[in-house]
Amino acid sequence: MLILALTVLAASIIGSLAVGARYIPPAEVLQALIDAAQGRGSGEVQEIVVGLRLPRAFVGAIVGAALGVSGALIQALTRNPLADPGILGINAGAGFLVTVGIGWFGVGDIQGYVWFAFAGAALATLLVFVIGAAGPSGATPVRLTLVGVALGALLSGVSSMISLLNPAVFNGMRFWGAGTLTSRDEHVLWAVLPFILIGLVLAATVAAPLNAIALGEDLASSLGASVVRTRVIVIVAVTLLAGGATAAAGPIGFVGLMVPHVVRWFVGPDQRWIIVFTAVCAPILLLAADVLGRVVVPPQEMQVGIVTAFIGAPVLVFLARRRKITGL
Amino acid sequence: MTRTTGTGRASIVLRSPARAALPEVSLRIDLRFIVVCAGLLAATVAVFLVALGVGDYAIPLNDVLATLAGGGTPQSRLVVGEWRLPRAFLGIVLGAALGMSGAVFQSLTRNPLGSPDIIGFSTGAYTGGLVVILLFGGGYLQTAVGAIVGGLITAVLVYALAYRRGIQGFRLIIVGIGVSAALSSVNSWLVTRANLDDAMQAAVWGSGTLSGLGYEQLWPVLGLLCLVCPVLLGHAPALRQLELGDDAARALGLRAEAVRLSALLWGIVLVAIATAAAGPIAFIALVAPQIARRLLGSASVALLPAAVTGGLLLLSSDLVAQRAFAPTQLPVGVMTVTVGGAYFVWLLVREGRKR
Repeated sequence: MLILALTVLAASIIGSLAVGARYIPPAEVLQALIDAAQGRGSGEVQEIVVGLRLPRAFVGAIVGAALGVSGALIQALTRNPLADPGILGINAGAGFLVTVGIGWFGVGDIQGYVWFAFAGAALATLLVFVIGAAGPSGATPVRLTLVGVALGALLSGVSSMISLLNPAVFNGMRFWGAGTLTSRDEHVLWAVLPFILIGLVLAATVAAPLNAIALGEDLASSLGASVVRTRVIVIVAVTLLAGGATAAAGPIGFVGLMVPHVVRWFVGPDQRWIIVFTAVCAPILLLAADVLGRVVVPPQEMQVGIVTAFIGAPVLVFLARRRKITGL
Repeated sequence: MTRTTGTGRASIVLRSPARAALPEVSLRIDLRFIVVCAGLLAATVAVFLVALGVGDYAIPLNDVLATLAGGGTPQSRLVVGEWRLPRAFLGIVLGAALGMSGAVFQSLTRNPLGSPDIIGFSTGAYTGGLVVILLFGGGYLQTAVGAIVGGLITAVLVYALAYRRGIQGFRLIIVGIGVSAALSSVNSWLVTRANLDDAMQAAVWGSGTLSGLGYEQLWPVLGLLCLVCPVLLGHAPALRQLELGDDAARALGLRAEAVRLSALLWGIVLVAIATAAAGPIAFIALVAPQIARRLLGSASVALLPAAVTGGLLLLSSDLVAQRAFAPTQLPVGVMTVTVGGAYFVWLLVREGRKR
C-alpha cells in the first residue's frame, strides 16, 4: 500500500511539472529533468520545467507533508478530532504578523511574507504553550486547545481590525489568506526546508510514545513513556512543520485536518504508520489541488488552499459515510 | 435554608410546607449559580446604561435614566430612545441567543470546540450572504434572506449526509468539518474574485454588525426569542442526561435520537434568528458557554448562564466596536473575537495560576 501511495506521489509531482498555462507532455518533462541533471541542454521547455515548476512542485510537496504530519501529531496529542495545526494559534499568529508586515513595513511579496509568517507562527505557539503550561496540572491537551482557540481568536480579531481600517492591508490579506503556491521559487523552498525537515525527524521520534499516550496518560507513564517530554517535542515539531508550511504557502487549513483522519481509517490507530502514510498522502492532495487550480479557471489560477478544501471535503464526507469510522 | 451538599458546594433548598392535600415539592438551587448570574446581570445593566449614554452625542447618566423613565429632553428621547436603545437591546438578546445555542451544541457534541458551526450553519449563512451581496448586489433584507437560506440548506445537508441509522456525534463532526471547509473555500474564492470595495463591504457584513439596526429588527427578534428560549430551556435536563452518553441516557428512559434532533433544531433556530438580524457574528457561541462554565466552576455547560454571558459579551463588544476607532465603526464581529478572545485568555491564565 505504501508503494502504491509513493507511486501516486511521483505521478502527482510529474503532473505538477507537466500541467500549466503551457502543457508539456510527461515524456518531455522527464527528458528535461534528465538533461538538467546531466548539466546539458537548455531551452524553453527546460526553463519552464526546472526553473519555474520544479521549485513550486517541491514547495507543494514539503508543505503538504508538513501540514499533514503536523495535523496527525496535534490530533494524537489533543485526542480531539477537530484539532488542526491552526489550533495552536499558528495560522492566526502568522496572519497577524503578515498583517503588521503589510501595514507597517510595506512588505508586498512572498519573500518578505515568509519571515513575518514564520516568526508570527512561532511566537503564537510559544505563547499558547506558556499560558497553557502555567499551573500545576501543566499543559493538558484540553487547556492547550482552549488557550490556542482563545489566543488565535484574539490575534485574528486584531488582524481583521487592522485590515478593515486599511484597504491596502485588506487587499493583501485576502490573497495571502487564501493559501497559494503561485510564484514560490527556490528561495522560499530553501527558507522553510530546514525547519520542515527537523520537524519531520522530531515527528518520527515521538510516534511510539504517542501510541502509548493514546492508552491514557497514567498507563503511558507506567509503560515508560515520558508524557511531558513527548508533549514538548510534539509542540516543537508542530510549530516547525505548520509554521514552515504556513510561511511558504499561507494558511491552508484543510490538509492537516483531513488527511490524518482518512489515513487512520485505512491503516488503523498505530501512529507510526499514520505519520508515514500522512507524509506521503498529504502532498498528493496538495499537488493534485495545485494542478487542478491551474487549469480550472484559465487564464487565472485558483488558489491551492481553495481547491484543496473543495476537492478534499467531498472525499472526506464520502469516506465518513462509507466506512465504520473510528474516533481517537 | 443554606446547606452544603455532598459535592461541597453551598446551595439553597426550598421545600413546600407539608400539607396533606398537596404533594411535597422541593427545589435545590446552587448558591454560586445565583451569585454568578446576578453578577453578570448587574454588569449587563451597567454596560447597557453606559452604552445608552456614550457616543458622538454624549448624554449624562441621569438624563439617560430620566429618558428611560419616560421623561428627558426631546434630544435625549431621540438619541437614547430611538437610536441607541434598540441597538443595545439587540446586542443583549442576540448575544444571549448565540450563547445559548453554543451551549446546546457543546453539550450535544461533548466537545469544547463545538459551536453551531459544527453543523455548518454560519459558514453556509456567510456563503448565502456573500452570493447575495457580491453577485446580486442585494440590500439588508435580501442579504438576511440569503443568509438564512444558505445556512439552512447547509445544516440540512450536513445532517442528511451524517445520518446513517441515527446520528453519531463523531460522524456529525467529521461531515460538518468537510462541508464547512468546502464552503469556506467558496467564500474566500468569492472574496478574492470581487472588487475591493464590494469585498470589504461583504467582509463587514460577514463579521456581523449591529450598526443601522432599530426597532423594526428588535420586535420580531424579541418575539421569536420569547417563543424559542423557553422551549430550549425545557430541554436542559435531557441534555444533561445525554452528556452521560447515549446508552446511559436511554437507560434513564430518554429517547436519545429524538431529544438530540429537537435540541439541534432549536439551537439552529436561535442562530438563524441572530444571523438574519446581524449577520454571522463569530465566536460568542463558542466562548460564552466556556466562560460561563469557568465562572460557575461546574463540570458541564449550562444554558442559562451561557445566555447571560453571551448577552453581556455582545453588548460590551458592540460598545467597544462603536467607540474604539470613532468615528469609524467596526463590525461587532471583529470585536467579539478580540474582546471574547482576550477575556478567555485572561480567564485561562488566572485559572492556571490559582490551581
